[in-house]
Amino acid sequence: MDEKIRHILEILENDARTSPEEIASLTDMSAQEVSQTIAKLEETGVIRHYKTIVDWDLVGENYVYAVIELKVTLERNQGYQAIAERIYKFPEVRSVRLLSGNYDISLTVRGKSMKDVAFFVAEKIATLDQVQSTSTHFVLKTYKEDGVILHEPETITRLPVSF
Amino acid sequence: MRPPCDPSKFVADAVKNIPPSGIRRFFDLVSGLEDIVSLGVGEPDFITPWHIREMCIHSLEKGQTSYTSNYGLPDLRDELTRTYYSRYGLDYDPSSEILITTGVSEALDIAVRTVVNPGDEVIIVQPSYVAYVPSVVLAGGKPVIVSTHRDDDFSLTAEALKPAITNKTKAIILNFPNNPTGAIMTQEDLEGIADLVVENDLFVISDEVYECLTYGSKHVPFSSLEGMKERTVMLNGFSKAYAMTGLRLGFAMGSPEIIHSMMMIHQYSMLCAPITAQIGAIEALRNGKDEMERMVREYDRRRHFIVRGFNRIGLDCCNPRGAFYAFPYIGNTGLSSSEFAERLLDEKKVVTIPGDVFGEAGEGFLRCAYAASIDDIRKALDRMGDFVDGLKL
Repeated sequence: MDEKIRHILEILENDARTSPEEIASLTDMSAQEVSQTIAKLEETGVIRHYKTIVDWDLVGENYVYAVIELKVTLERNQGYQAIAERIYKFPEVRSVRLLSGNYDISLTVRGKSMKDVAFFVAEKIATLDQVQSTSTHFVLKTYKEDGVILHEPETITRLPVSF
Repeated sequence: MRPPCDPSKFVADAVKNIPPSGIRRFFDLVSGLEDIVSLGVGEPDFITPWHIREMCIHSLEKGQTSYTSNYGLPDLRDELTRTYYSRYGLDYDPSSEILITTGVSEALDIAVRTVVNPGDEVIIVQPSYVAYVPSVVLAGGKPVIVSTHRDDDFSLTAEALKPAITNKTKAIILNFPNNPTGAIMTQEDLEGIADLVVENDLFVISDEVYECLTYGSKHVPFSSLEGMKERTVMLNGFSKAYAMTGLRLGFAMGSPEIIHSMMMIHQYSMLCAPITAQIGAIEALRNGKDEMERMVREYDRRRHFIVRGFNRIGLDCCNPRGAFYAFPYIGNTGLSSSEFAERLLDEKKVVTIPGDVFGEAGEGFLRCAYAASIDDIRKALDRMGDFVDGLKL
């Protein structure tokens, strides 16, 4: 990978709001060059999306999250892709992953209440033909989300002057 | 009643004669000030990577708190051998050519004491880290200063070195990548120095603690040059590359004769480096490459940011190619380095280190560490810009 592209991606992955001008001064490029490179990265799908990690608890929006493990049976001519697509189209579903091990697919689901989530799983997921069994784990607390620690990050104390 | 006594009379002359470090005054000036932004810190602003800390904690839980071999843990020396072989093809025998020390500071002290006889001249290239001159003086040697210059990007040239060599010269202390200038030396630059070293039968103490922090080109250890391994002791450590400053861990690599002699001092003055830090260092070498490279890329971005910033506010700054220091020129403001730094601190609450602290050749420059967050660097640059504008009025 080109070193400049790596720098741009690392900067944006850390803070998607960093302006082209600022990225330019961090990478010794011109702002125009940065904008063009980012446009290309967006076009080619390297950059998929920009989003914000929100701590909804702090504004009193007490979303309930659950991790759902699914065991599925595959049908003729239909791979995991087909079942994943059926599932990820529900807006309640925040992530879908195919896993190795004891179960096949792991989902993260978000709802307004435990009841919400439970009904969603019971009515929309468990009832799918390919789904053999579900196991629902409610999230009690999130400490770190997508690389971001949601509480006090560690700080370093250094002497203000040293050689 | 026994008579009162002034204990200072017991302090040896050699210690009394150590010149006061310019930094003390700065400490006093800084303490008590609020809202300061510091570019004066000579250590990473990253916390030691968690996998390293976790390994240290685990070792304490297991009760690994004993002495180690004087030379250091065999596993650590093995890892160092492997690391330097894979990085540079260097071949150091872990059983006789590596000594683990308490920081590079200790390694420097005992390396100097190992090779310097009273009256020997030791060439010190300045601007450079502040410990070299006192170490030579305390060993009874005579420091001979060779200056590097902005026109050469602060790298050492054979032409500059040659006139400083006399028949009393015993050794040269090199420090590249350099603190405070950020200068590095290419293989070609070093070859010229190596020729002089052989011609004049000299020894080289090479402090390469910023080895891993280079941008755009790979570090060249002095000992990797043909015929230089026996003539060099490489001093290095974990502080800068792995953000482990307070854990105090360094090492020396050299010929069995030199390393054994250094160990003779080390065994009585230090016995061994702290075992917890040694265990952390093994983990750093085994699994720390990705984190270290991530930190280097982060420094690289800050480097671009600060150099561009200095040039924008009218402080001419060449591109440092190693370490994490920028060394802007402030000579055209009409202020000396220390006047500039003190007024900047007083008026704008920005901490920088006056270049002359690192030797006379640093006069006219400021050392500004970019091991600080982008927000702090931006704040410092804004304030410095205001300060420089104010000087023009």
